[in-house]
Amino acid sequence: MSDDSIQDVLAQAACVASAQTPPKIRIRNLGKSFETRRGRFAALDAVSLDIPEGCFFMIVGPSGCGKTTLLRILGGLESESSGSVEIAHSGSGRPENSMVFQGDSLFPWMTVWQNAAYGLVMRGRPKTEIKETVGHYLSRIGLSRFADAFPHQLSGGMRQRVSIARAFANDPEILLMDEPFSALDEQNKLLLQEELLRIWDETRKTVLFITHSVDEAVTLGDRILVMSAHPGKVKMVVNVPFERPRHVLELRARPEYGALVYNIWDELRDEVRRARAQDEEGVRS
Amino acid sequence: MSIAKKARVAETRTKVRSARNRDRLIGLVSPLALIVLWELCVQSGAIDARFFPAPSQVAVKLVALVVSGSLWTDTAASLTRLFWGMLLGGIPALLLGIVMGLYRPIRAVFDPLVAATYPIPKSAILPLILLIFGLGEASKIVMVATGVFYPVLINSMAGVMEINKIYLDVGHNFKASRWQVFRTIALPGAMPLIMTGIKLGVGLGLILITIAEMVGANSGLGHMIWNAWEILSVETMYVGLIVIALLGFLFSLALTELERWLVPWKTAH
Repeated sequence: MSDDSIQDVLAQAACVASAQTPPKIRIRNLGKSFETRRGRFAALDAVSLDIPEGCFFMIVGPSGCGKTTLLRILGGLESESSGSVEIAHSGSGRPENSMVFQGDSLFPWMTVWQNAAYGLVMRGRPKTEIKETVGHYLSRIGLSRFADAFPHQLSGGMRQRVSIARAFANDPEILLMDEPFSALDEQNKLLLQEELLRIWDETRKTVLFITHSVDEAVTLGDRILVMSAHPGKVKMVVNVPFERPRHVLELRARPEYGALVYNIWDELRDEVRRARAQDEEGVRS
Repeated sequence: MSIAKKARVAETRTKVRSARNRDRLIGLVSPLALIVLWELCVQSGAIDARFFPAPSQVAVKLVALVVSGSLWTDTAASLTRLFWGMLLGGIPALLLGIVMGLYRPIRAVFDPLVAATYPIPKSAILPLILLIFGLGEASKIVMVATGVFYPVLINSMAGVMEINKIYLDVGHNFKASRWQVFRTIALPGAMPLIMTGIKLGVGLGLILITIAEMVGANSGLGHMIWNAWEILSVETMYVGLIVIALLGFLFSLALTELERWLVPWKTAH
């Protein structure tokens, strides 16, 4: 992309950080390393990022680039080894973040309704509020009729919808989504992407969304962070110029869409190759 | 739901129910078949009636003991001890087991103690328990409690440790307090294995109450069997065995029902 077109892209992007408003999430020199039997393993190294309020922020990178680690640090499930994460609170008493996990994370012993209400119940919200909010999100994901079903009675796509409803119903300031659609087939994935965008449009919360699919990143995101692997670093941040609300299928027919996917893949390809070479080396040694 | 779908759901439910009923029926028929075979063997003289009295003779004795009321008194005495022993051993085991499963330091403290005391045969500590708690009710209840304690503890702990870590992450991310994690994740998540522990515990409790009553009691099914040996009333011994077997069978039925109710997400498959 030429400099001009990058300027255009920046102007169009929905969530450009400005000097006046501080970012919702400010990450500085974030590092994370684990002790393993083969010595210290650096999962993240010197990651610095500003994520503006209301931004649908996508993170793509080869597997093992520390995407999930980054999200888990933001979600309070892991602590950083170095650097800092600052989150600007609105002071409204809402929870800071809620996570949509990769894979099955619904409690098998709770019904769909109980699962979706989990965050609100843990926070001790009044019964009427819980009833209204959970009812709203279950109807938004089209699962009102399954409120009393157990997760094992649902398909994988339905379970992931409930998991999204659980996070939205908790009304967090930031939504953290860890490859929520990676286990789904292509048709289901497309429908869920549309549903997610529709629900997100109601509130336009700040979202951090991890994916290994460049298509998904371009379809959903305002900005895309491309990460490099071993250790995970910021390789580049790309703005996505498409207007909202978006129609997932129509978007794919546009030439700019293809060009953007191609450009990101071009950057990512080297990283994937490098990660693979390192993995193979690791196996040999 | 469409009508066709509803009909299909109803159909599969009926199928599941009829399969369940069939299993129950088989469970009743197989012991009955054994009794008939036994009766035939004794009647034909193939086995010695002095050691293996015919089921019909045992039945006569059973009726006599029911009529005299002594069978009921003994059964009630055993059941009462079993009940209190279950509570005394089961509840602390459940709580400690779940806490050990959740918190590594607590596990580090108690694991060696459990590992060292678990293999001791509970019947071997009966004299010690009689010494400490005397010949009254307390010693019997404590015997049952020691039997129930270990299987419930070990299974509760294993149940918690086998809970997929992602559920604890969800609890953490949704800001569940320690008590909420215990109540909404650890307890229900471990429930399938806890039920296994309770089933094992009840079985062991039944064994131990019988042993304890043989030595230091003047009531209960164990005492009844021991007394029958002393007066050489073989039929009474069999009555005692049958009642104990029946109790074990009923407990297992009741616990399976309890499990269906407590663990609907596992048994509904």
